[in-house]
Amino acid sequence: MFANLKQLLTETGRLGRFASHFFPQTFQARFELAEFIRQCYIIGYKSFPLVGLTGFIMGLVLTMQLRPALLDYGVATELPEMVGIAIVREIGPVITALIFAGKIGSSIGAELGSMRVTEQIDAMEVSGTNPYKFLVVTRVLAATVMLPLLVITGDAISLYGSYVGVNIRGTTSFQLFFKMVFDGLAFSDVMPAVIKSFFFGFAVGMIGCYKGFNADKGTEGVGRAANSAVVISSVAVFILDLLAVQITDLFGLN
Amino acid sequence: MTGDQTIFNSNTDDTIPVIRIEHLYKSFGNNAVLKDFTMQLYKGENLVVLGKSGSGKSVLIKCIIGLLEQDSGTIDVLGSDVQNLDEKELDELRAKVGFLFQSNALYDSMTVRENLEFPLRRHWIKMSTEETNERVKEVLHNVGLEHTVDMMPSELSGGMRKRIALARTLILNPDIMLYDEPTTGLDPITAKEISELILNLGEKYNTSSIIISHDMNCIRMTADRIVMLIDGCCYAQGTFTQLEQNNDASVKQFFEQWQSKHSII
Ligand SMILES: Nc1ncnc2c1ncn2[C@@H]1O[C@H](COP(=O)(O)OP(=O)(O)O)[C@@H](O)[C@H]1O
Ligand SMILES: [Mg+2]
Repeated sequence: MFANLKQLLTETGRLGRFASHFFPQTFQARFELAEFIRQCYIIGYKSFPLVGLTGFIMGLVLTMQLRPALLDYGVATELPEMVGIAIVREIGPVITALIFAGKIGSSIGAELGSMRVTEQIDAMEVSGTNPYKFLVVTRVLAATVMLPLLVITGDAISLYGSYVGVNIRGTTSFQLFFKMVFDGLAFSDVMPAVIKSFFFGFAVGMIGCYKGFNADKGTEGVGRAANSAVVISSVAVFILDLLAVQITDLFGLN
Repeated sequence: MTGDQTIFNSNTDDTIPVIRIEHLYKSFGNNAVLKDFTMQLYKGENLVVLGKSGSGKSVLIKCIIGLLEQDSGTIDVLGSDVQNLDEKELDELRAKVGFLFQSNALYDSMTVRENLEFPLRRHWIKMSTEETNERVKEVLHNVGLEHTVDMMPSELSGGMRKRIALARTLILNPDIMLYDEPTTGLDPITAKEISELILNLGEKYNTSSIIISHDMNCIRMTADRIVMLIDGCCYAQGTFTQLEQNNDASVKQFFEQWQSKHSII
């Protein structure tokens, strides 16, 4: 038990030290722009279909399952507003971040892990390239910038899913549905959700890079790096979510 | 210890050391890998470092190129002390030293051409597109693989990957080449081709090389001189024939197998 706790603490310390190079390296001269754009494409653009699909299903299912309960209380007309708040504040960011951790965390972990194991990272270093800057900074920045965009798109598709769900058993026009959703949403619902998405993206990118960069020798090392990247970044998303709700509460935004 | 043996070899200039390693110590935790290792590489020479796997051969050449930092001792490469260089100076030095990694280290996500251009672009060597293309063509011609220029590394065989990796290190025209087990994991015929390539390219571009190996066929072909890395230090050195006749048990075990295989023929 204590051994585990100690291991957790040392691992967290190492991750912190690894992450502490990020800001100095980001602001040092010669930003790897081409690689950053390539990573935005791979990390962000290529995740849109997956995020869209899961978002649509979440919105649809959530609506269909809430409906009977709201009917019982006679507040079925509040359905759009309620689903809107649930999706924008919590379900959208967290589900998207978890999907993102599964897809991007594992692929960064495996990619950098196999680069470490096959000495590609060493090869970069002897070719006059700072591997931290070229590989880590670009991926972490791309993840940080792209996840909020994915969350916003995911939210929109999710709400569309909800609109479809509402119209299975009743009829609500598109305009009316979205008017009700937006009337229910305040700025203080949207902003914290967007801000926490940046942190989720940073965490997923950084943990994936850390695990990959420090992969053990051998092919099992790559598998382990990818696997633990997903597990740890998923847990990190929940922990950050917990912190975010405390902070917004503190600022009276709840 | 067999001590130093003076070597006279026609194609090496044994007065000018390009790499000078003195009293090198390196350990990982309690695992002392290099203990008081001393050795020189002379200009134009092909030096083989021979040792069992896990004896610290890769650690040695990674220290030379500054990928690992020694605990104590000095490494002098082309007149500069590797440990005391700043980032920029280290990059400049690395441009003059080619490193062929044991696992080739070709970038999986890039084509052969992009792999070859990577060191050129990264060392910020000013070169027009035509010159770059010319260089790429030349090094690919040297390794006999011009047709692979637009392929991905995953489409190549083991021997082809080794050649492309070799081409990538040659593209900067290095003064010194470091080969980490260049023939390990290849079939005997391909291994022989790679050994020949190392020998020919060394002569063509007049490079000095350190070749890490325990492939006796490769060593026999390429070595001007052999340094035996046993127990973390330079245990014995000499030419192939000199070491072959050495009676020390630790030295003998490397050559015995080779001899028994070849005495049948
Ligand atoms: N980065 C490292 N961290 C810890 N130990 C290492 C590291 N690199 C090498 N070693 C250890 O150093 C020893 C020599 O390794 P190496 O130089 O790779 O052997 P070889 O002679 O087969 O190339 C091995 O025991 C290995 O475990
Ligand atoms: Mg090795």
